[in-house]
Amino acid sequence: MPPMNSHFWRSLEERADTPEFREWLHREFPPLASEWNDEISRRHFLKLMGASFALAGLGACTKQPLEKIVPYVKQPEEIIPGKALHFASAMTLGGYARGIIVESHEGRPTKIEGNPNHPASLGATDVFMQAAVLDLYDPDRSQTVLNAGAISTWENFLSALHDTLQTQQQSGGAGIRILTQTVTSPTLHEQLRAVLAQFPNARWHQWEPVNRDNEHEGARLAFGEVVDTIYHFDKADVIVSLGADFLGEGPAQLRYARDFTNGRRISSGARKMNRLYVAECTPTITGAMADHRFPMRESAIEKFASELAEAFAGNAAASPEIAMISHDLQSGRAIVVVGTQQPPRVHAIAHRMSARDAVSYIAPVEPEPANQLQSLRELVTDMSAGRVELLLMLGGNPAFDAPADFDFAATLDCVKLRVHLGGYVNETAVLCHWHVPEAHFLESWSDARAFDGTTSLVQPLIEPLFGGKTAHEFLATMLGISNPSSYEIVRDHWRRNRLDDNAWRAALQNGVIAGTTGKTRAVASVVEKIEAATMRVSPLEINFRADPSIYDGRFATNAWLQELPKPLTKLTWDNAVLISPQTASRLDLRTDDIVTLQCGSRKIEGAVFILPGHGDDAVTVHLGYGRSNGHIAANLGFNAYAIRTSDALSFSNDVTISKTNRQHVLATTQHHHSVEGRNILRVASLNDFVANQKIIRAMGAEPPRDESLYRPEEHQNKTYAWAMAIDLHTCIGCNACVIACVAENNIPVVGKEEVARGREMHWIRIDRYYDGAAENPATYFQPLPCMHCENAPCELVCPVAATVHDSEGLNVQVYNRCIGTRYCSNNCPYKVRRFNFLEYDVNQFESPTTLKLARNPNVTVRSRGVMEKCTYCVQRISAARIEAEKENRRIRDGEVVTACAQACPAEAIIFGDINDPNSHVSKLKKLPLNYSMLGELNTRPRTTYLARLTNRNT
Amino acid sequence: MNESAKEAQLGYPTQLIGERDSYESATRQIGSIVLDQKQPRSWLIGFTIAFIGVMLLMVAISYLFFKGVGIWGINIPIAWGFAIVNFVWWIGIGHAGTLISAFLLLMHQKWRNSINRFAEAMTIFAVACAGLFPLLHLGRPWVFYWLLPYPDTMGLWPQFRSPLVWDVFAVSTYFTVSLIFWYAGLIPDFATLRDRAEKRWKQIVFGVLSLGWRGSARHWARYESAYVLLAGLATPLVVSVHSVVSLDFSVGIVPGWHSTIFPPYFVAGAIYSGFAMVLTLMIPVRRIYHLENMITDRHINNMANVMFATGWMVAYGYIMEAFMSWFSGNRYDAFMMSNRFAGPYAHTFWVLILCNILVPQALWSRRVRDNHVVLWLISIVINIGMWLERYVIVIVSLHRDFVPSAWSMYGGTKWDYAMLLGSMGLFVALIYLFVRFLPMISIAEVRTLISEREEGTL
Repeated sequence: MPPMNSHFWRSLEERADTPEFREWLHREFPPLASEWNDEISRRHFLKLMGASFALAGLGACTKQPLEKIVPYVKQPEEIIPGKALHFASAMTLGGYARGIIVESHEGRPTKIEGNPNHPASLGATDVFMQAAVLDLYDPDRSQTVLNAGAISTWENFLSALHDTLQTQQQSGGAGIRILTQTVTSPTLHEQLRAVLAQFPNARWHQWEPVNRDNEHEGARLAFGEVVDTIYHFDKADVIVSLGADFLGEGPAQLRYARDFTNGRRISSGARKMNRLYVAECTPTITGAMADHRFPMRESAIEKFASELAEAFAGNAAASPEIAMISHDLQSGRAIVVVGTQQPPRVHAIAHRMSARDAVSYIAPVEPEPANQLQSLRELVTDMSAGRVELLLMLGGNPAFDAPADFDFAATLDCVKLRVHLGGYVNETAVLCHWHVPEAHFLESWSDARAFDGTTSLVQPLIEPLFGGKTAHEFLATMLGISNPSSYEIVRDHWRRNRLDDNAWRAALQNGVIAGTTGKTRAVASVVEKIEAATMRVSPLEINFRADPSIYDGRFATNAWLQELPKPLTKLTWDNAVLISPQTASRLDLRTDDIVTLQCGSRKIEGAVFILPGHGDDAVTVHLGYGRSNGHIAANLGFNAYAIRTSDALSFSNDVTISKTNRQHVLATTQHHHSVEGRNILRVASLNDFVANQKIIRAMGAEPPRDESLYRPEEHQNKTYAWAMAIDLHTCIGCNACVIACVAENNIPVVGKEEVARGREMHWIRIDRYYDGAAENPATYFQPLPCMHCENAPCELVCPVAATVHDSEGLNVQVYNRCIGTRYCSNNCPYKVRRFNFLEYDVNQFESPTTLKLARNPNVTVRSRGVMEKCTYCVQRISAARIEAEKENRRIRDGEVVTACAQACPAEAIIFGDINDPNSHVSKLKKLPLNYSMLGELNTRPRTTYLARLTNRNT
Repeated sequence: MNESAKEAQLGYPTQLIGERDSYESATRQIGSIVLDQKQPRSWLIGFTIAFIGVMLLMVAISYLFFKGVGIWGINIPIAWGFAIVNFVWWIGIGHAGTLISAFLLLMHQKWRNSINRFAEAMTIFAVACAGLFPLLHLGRPWVFYWLLPYPDTMGLWPQFRSPLVWDVFAVSTYFTVSLIFWYAGLIPDFATLRDRAEKRWKQIVFGVLSLGWRGSARHWARYESAYVLLAGLATPLVVSVHSVVSLDFSVGIVPGWHSTIFPPYFVAGAIYSGFAMVLTLMIPVRRIYHLENMITDRHINNMANVMFATGWMVAYGYIMEAFMSWFSGNRYDAFMMSNRFAGPYAHTFWVLILCNILVPQALWSRRVRDNHVVLWLISIVINIGMWLERYVIVIVSLHRDFVPSAWSMYGGTKWDYAMLLGSMGLFVALIYLFVRFLPMISIAEVRTLISEREEGTL
């Protein structure tokens, strides 16, 4: 210690400078200083310093990220960090609402579930609802107002709009056209009417490429008025679908799936079930559930319907099949349901055959159900005549999805001022003078009606991430309201419609507005007999259908949906020209061959996919692919809209096909379609099962449980024993469980190339098997999550014990411990394990910006080189356990619902505790229908299946 | 009786050592390759090509560490691909050395004496190549040491029921014992080289390596007993290593893996491929370095015979596998076998049968065994066949197992091939270095043969 230079003293002791003080100073300040006096100690000190410098150097190896922590200075009301909040809202598809409950973590919506109170959901979801969360955070979403492609502001847009509106004021808005998608929102309708009142000569048009025109026109033909038909599948004994995919499409899809499967559920103890006949061209999941399926050209269905109606009316049947169906139709409560793609005449024919107690009618849910094709045609006519000076497009993508003969994109040029409100800068937006980003529905206030008229409020979970505007705000500015708020607009509307504050709050809480369900009305047939039109028969027919994963193209930007294997083809990231095996061999086509499809002078090229069960002499193309804009959407598949014309929106006989010599690799997730006679999938007829309930178990024996070297009680789960039962009989193969799992468990997207290599990451997959002749095979679905085997083969072979059993029977994967030998996957007979072959989580599809916000904070994000698999949603079990332990009770049956089970519209997946003999899952597992897949391997899977039964008319 | 008369009587070459070879000539002939002989031009060319292979391996490994095992063709369900095929192939090749040196020593087979050194070196290099793959194939190779039972702060141990842990012990033990055995055999030769070296640094290097060997009778007595003990230790390893490697498969429940015949069948296959590789290397080396007097026709003939015999054991394994898959009545096994015969990878199976069973039948003929060009080609065919055998076992079994929906196809990527070629480059480069820097034939043991010949006890 150097001597003190200062003559200031710090204490009396220092001033006194006693030896004690000197000693204290040496020891106390600065540390180790006095050690310098001693030579040996100094060396010791240098050693220590050297070591600590070395350690300091080590610390420098990992650069600590600069992070700012901002805690809640004042905790917001209702928010407990780490605890999710749930809000009821609604999501629309094609204008119709399905009720949802949104899970929100610290202000971030992360997961969407169905709203059990909502008639179109009943707690279930479809794939689009599950995937909507990803759209919310999609960095590819439109983020700024664009003026001719350049960044601009909302204010600039408003002044430009108001200038045009001023000039239009004199002519009563004769040059103003508003183009919306299907509108069911009462508030939006009111606003539109207000705008039209202010500009009496303006016009409002509606257009969606997949619309309900045919249904509405069919009702008009049958009853003289437009009504919406509500089917009560749970009350029907016989269902005939004429091209209707009521389980997979349409505003009531989830409800119908529940009702239909309730009419079939044998696990409830019933010994009878409904019977489904399906006549269709494009194989659908409804066709896969059929007891009798008749593949035919879409254009032949009209004749089929007429013949059926003839036989139903008591005339001679044209064929034994018709006689069989007609007889069945007359013997019980029947529903004849027609696909939206069928012409109005077929709808009218069908209305005459449905039993009145299984079908009801309500006034149309849409406030103004326009014939959308007609509506768009008028708009295009006006546009090309130069009568349109201001075109406001509220959502939609008409430049992409309008009929090809309308040439909408080119006609847009005739409009002086084109404005587009939309979530993405799509094909239409780039042709507009102004583009305004639209708020996502999770950022918006609105309202919407369900298929049965029930109205829901749409409430925001988060401030608009990219400053989007809602259609309500957009229209309000047209009415001259400055700084409009969607909330005020919607609240005002409902205040005027007698919704007081309590009722409003209740509506927000329940997700539905009480008393808004459409009233059943009586209808009377106005025609005696509908003459079937004669259809020109050509060598080939083409069908245009909405895509099962990306719908009409609006979800093409969604990577979760792109990677979702389509229910029947198991295709990802592409559409294809679907064709039957016989027609393919007639035309010498193989899967992956590129063909040219020509309709009139228009042609497209697409890859062929041979699909068993497709109608012969016909092809199907799915809409929505071939987008030219968007980070994810562009350059996938081909654009089927390019040959879809207004005279043949659904199917056309005017098509030729020619083979090119090129190929395009399609990525499917399933390459083999037969069970090879293995008993992994068990099917029996209802009659056989009722006669002998042991037939399911007799299809494959399991070793008895006491045949073991270990004491059987040694590894029993003392507290809970989690297990799952999957009802193959009611599974409709809709994929909701797959994508629910993706959303819940932070499952990465791997992209087309990785899927083609066989590296998709889905923890639950739906296997689709065919049985019988390729022209009309029986189709079966089998969802396959981890089996959570009690004798898990994967656990035995892991060299580092990274996959082990927990005390409640879960086969858990310890990501931190996994070194990635992949031996467990090889030894898994079910092949349900998924491996991070590359660093999937930061790949190009999930840029590390906003998409991170979509993640479930309760599920680990996995790194490269680690195995992963279904956990039975262990995070949900933990959450339930915490709640139960707080209340000092056991977890109740039904308290833990896995993401897949929650999403399932058919309630085909049941999860629970088999230590509780009264739990739903325990009861299901006691049924004679229950069997273990590959049980003969003595794996003792905790996930078991209930066999599928068929109800053929014999 | 001279050698040619004996040969005519017995019907196979009998000579073990050249008739004019003396202590001095043998020592000079072998030692000079290491100490002063200029290497033939082919050495430089061959080593350059092999070294390019080593560089290829380095590039492939670097990219692998950078990107992950996804650069390979593996997927679900075929989660093991080239890496495991290569591993088993190299380990199999690494079986001939210890068999020749240890097993044949205990059996008093004198014909091992002039080939054991080379075979042992080949073993070590092959095991080194093999050892790379289990580490490289890990999803997270940087935590490979979790496979070892070390005192982890969290009290975690490897999971000892997994055959992969047994593999770690089996392969590392085998490598260690083989290395020690090889080194022990080299000690007297190092001393010889030390004594013959003229440059100072060579004297020092070989002096250090020879561990103070002076060649006293006591040294030799200790040495001989130690060598036999080591041989006793190594001999069971010949059987155990590939048995344990085979358990990686037979413990699994995959049809085509789950089979009790695997351990003996794998060992036979390993010796088969090991002898094939020894022949592949020894025939050209013998020609290039003019070692026909020490590695005689009898050696080559004997090795061909061993190879042929083990080839039939392998064939028996194939037949039993096919028989049992039918006899067991197991639907999955039966399908697996019909899939091998006629599935999408049937060509690999039939080429394997051609390489491993049909072509080697030519070895019935003495003329084929004596024609070293043909024998060399057959040994290469067998090497290819044995690689395909592992391909069929690993990949063809995995690609179609229990649940048809999961069935898929596999194909190696360019990185898979880079790893395979690179490992071959490493192996060959090490062989080249070995030939150049170490005595490739045991000088001491050849001298033993010469002395026995002179005493007439050979």
